[in-house]
Amino acid sequence: MTVVYALYGVAALLALAPIAVFLGAAPRASSIIYGACLIIASGLGANALLALFGHADASGVTLPLGLPWLGSHLRIDPLAAFFLVVVNLGGAMASLFALGYGRHEETPQRVLPFYPAYLAGMNLVVLSADAFTFLVSWEFMSLTSWALVIAHHRDRENLRAGYVYLLMASFGTLALLLAFGLLAGSNGNYAFDSIRAAHPSAGLAALVLILVLVGTGSKAGVVPLHAWLPLAHPAAPSHVSALMSGVMTKVAVYGFIRIVFDLLGAPDWWWSILVLAVGGITAVMGVLYALMQNDLKRVLAYSTIENIGIIFAALGLALAFKAEGLFLAAALALTAGLFHVFNHSLFKSLLFFGAGAVLNATGERDMDHLGGLIHRMPKTAFVFLVGCAAISALPPLNGFVSEWLTFQAILLSPQLPSWGLKLMIPTVGALLALSAALAGACFVRAFGISFLGRPRTPAAASAHETDGLSLAAMFVLAVLCLIAGIVPGFFIDALAPVTQAVIGVNMPHQAGVQWLSIVPIAESRSSYNGLLVFVFVFLSGSIGAFAIHRFASDKSRRGPAWDCGYPDPSSITQYTASSFAQPIRRVFGTTVFRAREIGEMPPPGGMGPARLTVQVHDLIWEGLYVPIADLVGIAAERLNVLQFLTIRRYLSLVFAALILLLLVLAIWQ
Amino acid sequence: MIRDLALQGSEMLLVLLLSPLLTGFVRKVKARLLRRQGPPLLQPYRDLARLLRKDVVLAQNASWLFRAIPYIVFACTWVAASLVPTFSGGLLFSWSADLIAIIALIGSARFFQALAGLDVGTAFGGIGSSREVMIASLAEPAMLMIVFTLALIAGSTQLSTMAAFMSSSEVGLRVSLGLGLIALVMVAIAENARIPVDNPATHLELTMVHEAMVLEYSGRHLALIELSSFLKLLLYVSLIGCLFVPWGTATPDADARELLFGAGFYVGKLAVAGFLLAVFETSIAKMRVFRVPEFLGAALMLALLATLLRFVSGSF
Repeated sequence: MTVVYALYGVAALLALAPIAVFLGAAPRASSIIYGACLIIASGLGANALLALFGHADASGVTLPLGLPWLGSHLRIDPLAAFFLVVVNLGGAMASLFALGYGRHEETPQRVLPFYPAYLAGMNLVVLSADAFTFLVSWEFMSLTSWALVIAHHRDRENLRAGYVYLLMASFGTLALLLAFGLLAGSNGNYAFDSIRAAHPSAGLAALVLILVLVGTGSKAGVVPLHAWLPLAHPAAPSHVSALMSGVMTKVAVYGFIRIVFDLLGAPDWWWSILVLAVGGITAVMGVLYALMQNDLKRVLAYSTIENIGIIFAALGLALAFKAEGLFLAAALALTAGLFHVFNHSLFKSLLFFGAGAVLNATGERDMDHLGGLIHRMPKTAFVFLVGCAAISALPPLNGFVSEWLTFQAILLSPQLPSWGLKLMIPTVGALLALSAALAGACFVRAFGISFLGRPRTPAAASAHETDGLSLAAMFVLAVLCLIAGIVPGFFIDALAPVTQAVIGVNMPHQAGVQWLSIVPIAESRSSYNGLLVFVFVFLSGSIGAFAIHRFASDKSRRGPAWDCGYPDPSSITQYTASSFAQPIRRVFGTTVFRAREIGEMPPPGGMGPARLTVQVHDLIWEGLYVPIADLVGIAAERLNVLQFLTIRRYLSLVFAALILLLLVLAIWQ
Repeated sequence: MIRDLALQGSEMLLVLLLSPLLTGFVRKVKARLLRRQGPPLLQPYRDLARLLRKDVVLAQNASWLFRAIPYIVFACTWVAASLVPTFSGGLLFSWSADLIAIIALIGSARFFQALAGLDVGTAFGGIGSSREVMIASLAEPAMLMIVFTLALIAGSTQLSTMAAFMSSSEVGLRVSLGLGLIALVMVAIAENARIPVDNPATHLELTMVHEAMVLEYSGRHLALIELSSFLKLLLYVSLIGCLFVPWGTATPDADARELLFGAGFYVGKLAVAGFLLAVFETSIAKMRVFRVPEFLGAALMLALLATLLRFVSGSF
């Protein structure tokens, strides 16, 4: 029955879309739509939670839609249930945030109809249990989000973002279409059950793996298919950015797990090498890109790429262990990846909400135009700080736990027999460690430049705290980040049915471990207790503070900043986002981005200003996308003549194509 | 249970009380090597006491975060330092955070300290923070790779288990251990802002990193920040001691005499480490800041090499 309830919810969301069109720009429209979305998404999330904890049968339903001989299969198994929780938790929080935030929307009629449809699309992707429904929902999700990306269409940047997004989304769907075509064979067995029953040959499976990696990877944002993501995610309204970054990328991860772990059969060991390499490179490149950006929302979008890299690395580890028959280790790696999916959906939504609140209060996304917001927006600053600490993997918050689990999985990998993996996994471990450290730097920069220091523009100086509902959404997410960090055992146990379904075993039950610790393998090997770490840090901090205030001095007074005796009253002498990144740009960027700094000094005695120009090249864009675009342009130029032929020539072309196809068929048979 | 609790408690107090002495000792030896009289050994305690008594002067636009950060930094560092075995193995709360978590706790302290550098909005604070995160972005992965190497040798990331394994006879001489030790010393020098990476005694120079970050602090806040950096130095010395020089550490079920011996050995180890550090610091010049990435990159490569060796064969 769970799946039926879920379908009612999805139908309600779909019904909201025409209602939103009908309401148009009516003054209460956004409250009605977002309120309804909040209720429906909460219901869908609760329903999915019930399904995850096994209080529901996993039987599916078949609707008489879609392909005539197939129908539309829909089903909730544990894997789908987990991702439905992620989707609907994100959806509910985004709706709550938008109840406050959406009121400031200038053109609500461009956002409101697509928003519920987008939520419905993401739910349908996860619910679908045949290739046809999956692809249609996938495309529906892409198109509704595209409509939301170009909601503010007067901005040329947004239109360009929408264009690139549309191209990349179509490309990704094409890859998935081919993958499912190969999986289903020529008989058209598109239902997941029959795909699962058929065992593809090794070569075919390899081809499908690559296609799936391209198809889902382009949606999730793995390097080098990420180019659209940092354009499109920031262009949308902030609550939609949160959904795209926090949730839709996870739907893509779901697609990858569903096909590669579930449908494709037993993995080969070398598959994992591909996935691990992609994950490690994506993690480091994503965070390095993020460090080069000055646009707050774009920093967050690039950081999503980094986290997707971490998730894919964990999935690659799980694949490697599964292929070599180390199922317990595979369960650990998969749990780490899935836990990071959940965690990232929490803190990335939180951070995008915070960026939205800042955008609303100041009208600025450029960090170099912000500063000092902690004084004007103390509550937003606090929750944004929690999000920054969580995403930088600082204990006792949740980001640390999933990274810790990933590292524990890496430490199990010397058991793997194959030499390729023995060399690959430590390297990926080093890349993950590097990306974790760089993420810390990235979020010190994001928070420190935007919220700390002195205001750099009048807009930042006159910012105001955001509304209560938006703050409520952010506080809920911040609290969830803390809870998932201090009692991770419950969350790991909740993931047990998923690993049981996907790998066949699950991690040891954590609820029985004393003091709420987590013990992935054995107590002598490793354990972590977020609650105790939190209590220790909290207690020693408070004892220190109490003792000092009680027995030493508790007086303080205000004075001008010291700054070695040369304080400058002008706020432009502060460090900016670009100057903060300068050391890292110099260390990593000279090779990765061919970063150059060109200083121009006026001649001695000259009165002109000195200039420092920084050049940063996006080598992937310049080396991959631009040549392809050029090639397409040249091909279009050449093929243009085909548009101006006579009818006789068209007919002869059609005839020639027909002959050619028949010949191909004849040779094939 | 009571005994374990008392041991853990004494450990917490011991690191807190000993750490200024270690720094004072290093300063004294450095001064003597330079043929100066140098401050008395107990000078760091006096400095702390004086700072604690003084009023705090806050910059005009310092936020609440700026006032909270000294306590956060102190708490994170203290908890991390009290989870490293000093004179006795088998700490009571060792299982609550393994070595990865200890490294991450130090990372938390650094994260907040770098934020404090940006809070007042001065150029010196910014330069300190941006350089600190650059150094950390290489030191932290190097440290994690060292942890990986040690964890693969000992079969555990639990620091107590690692230390017990290291003092057992199964260890022997290993290439990966040697590489790990060199990398760990390099990381420890960078993490503690010592010469040649940073100069703890510098002021009013563009070369400073750590000191620039904390420039705006005064009074009790500065005392806590200073105490945290003393604790951090002690933490790294204890870490190197319990993993690479594990002799003399008391076993978990030792009697009072053995514990006393362990404590004596521990103080001896601190003295030797402090002396070596002072000799090293006086015999080398500070690097330019953009030479530091090469130094730390070498540490990262050594640590990665050690991990790779462990992956390739269990006998290295």
